[in-house]
Amino acid sequence: MALTQSDIDSEIKDQQDAYDKAVAGGAPVLHHPRRDYAPYRSSLLRHPKQPLVAVSGGDPETVELSGPVFGVTDITEHDSDLTIHHRGEPIGERMTVSGRLLDRDGRPVRGQLVEIWQANAAGRYAHLREQHPAPLDPNFTGVGRTLTDDQGRYSFTTIKPGPYPWGNHTNAWRPAHIHFSVFGTAFAQRLVTQMYFPSDPLFRYDPILQSVTDEAARERLVATYDHDLSKPEFSMGYAWDIVLDGPSATWIEEGR
Amino acid sequence: MAERLLPTPSHTVGPFYGHALPFPDGSRMAPQGHPDAISLHGYVFDGAGTPIPDALLDFWQAAPDGSLTGAPGSMRRDPSTGGFLGRNGVDFTGYGRVPTDADGHYALHTLRPGNAGLPYISVCVFARGLTHHLFTRAYLADGPDPLLDSLPAERRATLVATEGANGSNRTYRFDIRLQGEGETVFLEFQ
Repeated sequence: MALTQSDIDSEIKDQQDAYDKAVAGGAPVLHHPRRDYAPYRSSLLRHPKQPLVAVSGGDPETVELSGPVFGVTDITEHDSDLTIHHRGEPIGERMTVSGRLLDRDGRPVRGQLVEIWQANAAGRYAHLREQHPAPLDPNFTGVGRTLTDDQGRYSFTTIKPGPYPWGNHTNAWRPAHIHFSVFGTAFAQRLVTQMYFPSDPLFRYDPILQSVTDEAARERLVATYDHDLSKPEFSMGYAWDIVLDGPSATWIEEGR
Repeated sequence: MAERLLPTPSHTVGPFYGHALPFPDGSRMAPQGHPDAISLHGYVFDGAGTPIPDALLDFWQAAPDGSLTGAPGSMRRDPSTGGFLGRNGVDFTGYGRVPTDADGHYALHTLRPGNAGLPYISVCVFARGLTHHLFTRAYLADGPDPLLDSLPAERRATLVATEGANGSNRTYRFDIRLQGEGETVFLEFQ
């Protein structure tokens, strides 16, 4: 029998109940998704069963306390505006997404690379293996990059992506999202994640979002509509700050 | 001290990053034609022992002189065409990015890292189905090391690349097993 949404809903609920009960009993809050999260079927064979081995502070020579750097040669001015990469304008709801890249002590991560990729307004990626029957947009590739400024701020102009179907179970749909890939000052702060849009009705059905079992953590993946960021007669504005996890700031400082 | 901000959760890289994240010369960290270039290569396997054709690996390492400052220019862009220019063939940026191919294989061409202690290349693994990336290290030599020495022998071996594969003393084999028998040691930095 094909796996239905209701099968997945019930698995999601079981995982959520188990997590909430554990936290109520004193277990630590999990800020990141479970790697072993069966409702997301692709995770079954792709998560380690052994615990991670901790590399603890104290050795400033640890290579992962430093990280890659990028500069003006690695981006062009056009890279942060995904609506001007082709001859014509892409179809869809034009928007700007901006926010700050911070470490857990609230310090801006300056001059660092932020990369994004996303589906078009019809929910289709410009990727050959994505073949569901929604139109490609010849004026939209859906790939951008930029460097954060001195306040750690990034900004992209793009169009709002559509939701799209996927093969996890029958009638599985991903809520609309933008993929982000970011770097901190330490390689150990590396992050790839997805930004969602407010009040998407698909949130509760999506095992990828629900793999983050902590509700407050899930909310941190949802951008805020910010009217002050909207540009008159041009675009909708969304604000989304990114906070990088990783080793303590002190340890990173020592590694520099 | 102020309370620390709560981190943004990780998410899987998904299946559709292939037109977005890989870049030309991502695997070519060593300047072209450099006489001391080495290759690190291998397969990424899932828990059934099947090679993973849609994994993405990020690499970070010290320069041959031990420097950890890195350099810009890993993914130089061409402002006139909007395409990529490739690396400049001179600077060593310390950063590489390689997607596995249809066989689940990757190859990185780099210079021997000059970090303190045993030389190692730090690896960050992303894949569809992997909700949160995994860090590991490819050690290019075995010997005394605080991390390796803390592991049982069979787990230690998963972090040490095998020298001399393909009949070359400049080629190192380093497979990554996400789950099951011979599961690679994955790291967290606290």
